[in-house]
Amino acid sequence: MTSKKDFSIHVEHLTRVEGHGNIILDVKNGAIQQVQWQVSEAPRFFEAMLRGQHYHELRPITSRICGICSIGHSLASLKATEDALGLQITPQTGMLRRLAINAENMQSHILHIGYLAAPDLFGVGSVFPLIGGKHTDAVLKIVWLHRLANEMSDLICGRTIHPIRLIVGGFSALPTPTQLTNLRKRLEEGQTVTQQVADIIHGVADRLPTFTRETEYIALSTGDEYAFYDGNITSTDTGVVSDPLRYPTITNEYVVPQSTAKYTKHHRDSYMVGALARFNNNSSQLHPKAKHLAQLFHLNAINYNPFMNTIAQLVEYMHNIEDSIHLIDALLDGSLKEEKPVKAKPKAGRGVGLVEVPRGLLIHDYTLNAQGYCTKANCVIPTNQNHANIQKDMEKLVPEILDQSPQDIELTLEMLVRAYDPCISCSTHYLTVTFI
Amino acid sequence: MKQKPRVAVFDFADCEGCELQIANLEEEIIDLLEIVDVVSFREVMKEHSDQYDIALVEGSIMRPIDEKRLQGIRKNAKILVALGACATIGGVNKIRNQWMPDEVMKQVYGDAKVKGNELFNVGKAKALNEVVPVDYYIHGCPIDRDEFKQVITALALGKKPEIPRYPVCVECKKNENICQFELGNFCLGPITRAGCKAICPTHNMPCDGCRGLIKKAETECVKEVLERYHLTYEDIRRRCTMYNYGREECTYDK
Repeated sequence: MTSKKDFSIHVEHLTRVEGHGNIILDVKNGAIQQVQWQVSEAPRFFEAMLRGQHYHELRPITSRICGICSIGHSLASLKATEDALGLQITPQTGMLRRLAINAENMQSHILHIGYLAAPDLFGVGSVFPLIGGKHTDAVLKIVWLHRLANEMSDLICGRTIHPIRLIVGGFSALPTPTQLTNLRKRLEEGQTVTQQVADIIHGVADRLPTFTRETEYIALSTGDEYAFYDGNITSTDTGVVSDPLRYPTITNEYVVPQSTAKYTKHHRDSYMVGALARFNNNSSQLHPKAKHLAQLFHLNAINYNPFMNTIAQLVEYMHNIEDSIHLIDALLDGSLKEEKPVKAKPKAGRGVGLVEVPRGLLIHDYTLNAQGYCTKANCVIPTNQNHANIQKDMEKLVPEILDQSPQDIELTLEMLVRAYDPCISCSTHYLTVTFI
Repeated sequence: MKQKPRVAVFDFADCEGCELQIANLEEEIIDLLEIVDVVSFREVMKEHSDQYDIALVEGSIMRPIDEKRLQGIRKNAKILVALGACATIGGVNKIRNQWMPDEVMKQVYGDAKVKGNELFNVGKAKALNEVVPVDYYIHGCPIDRDEFKQVITALALGKKPEIPRYPVCVECKKNENICQFELGNFCLGPITRAGCKAICPTHNMPCDGCRGLIKKAETECVKEVLERYHLTYEDIRRRCTMYNYGREECTYDK
């Protein structure tokens, strides 16, 4: 391959990601004319739709921003609503919601690892050709882990996509102690299967590019646990922001013409959220088996390789299982009570809900009037926060691989975007915008 | 043996949760692959072909560029199936239709220079059948996995899939749930199409109407429920705001 080459790459509607995005690369006489990550998804105007809705409706409507992380949107929505209403949930509700978020994180991560990212590591176009050949067993193990996560969501939330039982103040229905005991057994078994899948992925992990770029990693953190359900916004560059209302000073959203999703930046030109950002901020709080998995892949904080996000997801899957076993033990020890949701009274106020969802930090911010109707809403989505970082990664990565064939460059760029596990439908849900 | 029908999956404005329900069939996907060939499914496969018999289309139609893409799909497909509430009835996307597109655009994008940028050229949110003819409907938000399997199996065998025309109340009673009206809630079950196994009332929440409104004549079997709570089809229809913004009675049940 000569470096004085002309070629262009135009990947329209990148495959094996959630939503519609394009990759553009234009090279003339060996020099990069343009490299761009574009988001072409139709905007959906959720914040506009929330105006005038009663607080009970905000959760079911915002759940529909995203099918993959509908539990996460539901929880961010409930936290924002309850914050605005000044409502305190019970410790039991807190534990059950943590189980729900663990289940969703497991479902989403294994979907990405097994169905979206792994085909690149095995050199195929989708998971389908892997069925029936020598990889059948690996696929079935991944399906087993996917099923485990979904059954757990079904049990806690009533349904894995667009949960039913998660409501303001608590749950509309609860699992029985017997159901939780059975789930615990399955989770024990799940630890073994996760380890087996990790060993399989480890066998092909040398296909993950060794690219690195220093950037800022932002995630929730708390002294109590590896944060998912609760915590303060924390940056590897600038530390902790303890007031949730100050989130706009972190996210600083702006609009670019090539994208119907907004971009964000904080201390640098871009930052990253998601499994790798959580790992880089909070890895010392992982449960033991998850730490062990990280060691298998030589994943240590701070790791600056975005392709390792997929490995961080695998580590988190193991952590979510261990964490869920502890939660179930605590729930069963405290003899699960038939609690009714805490009753709310409408009152005027503003509330912010922060949650770590599979792809990173999710923020819902609602203002309610005295009758309990929403007058203003803002949602900041993890994938929005990653778009600029994807662009910056591409700008550094392309010159480093320019001597490869256009086909290989295209594949590496596709793998880069997939590594972020972008949820583009989410990121074009849309909100009130300030242009720069 | 007859060639397996070629299936393609497409998505427009939505949450992609209905496609995810296909992945959530877990091992049963492998059984479905015995009876159909999947030739395009952007969310999970890199390969793509325009040669397909059955198009499963998810999402609402928002922009002229989306209408054009849907028309192309309609042209290629022998059978077009609307997948999930955004595609079948417009779903939550239609909530914004109470405002004019220009107003929503202005609220969201302010005075930004997006005029002439086709990505930002947004009209009213539409269900698929407002743009192209639709052959079959798989309802719900999200779709029910069992119903999906039944419809695909029927189509693969060259049969007409059967979708319930009766209300959710029928399935709710079968599950022996306490009526949501009895619990003091307002439920859209009496006028919403069944097929979801009454999943929301079964988890102690009222029906939100995600499977669309059945014909008024089909509510005869819940006459008693309506009388007991002094309600009519029209009373309930007026409360259909989350999924059925236009509150249209189903027009395609034959």
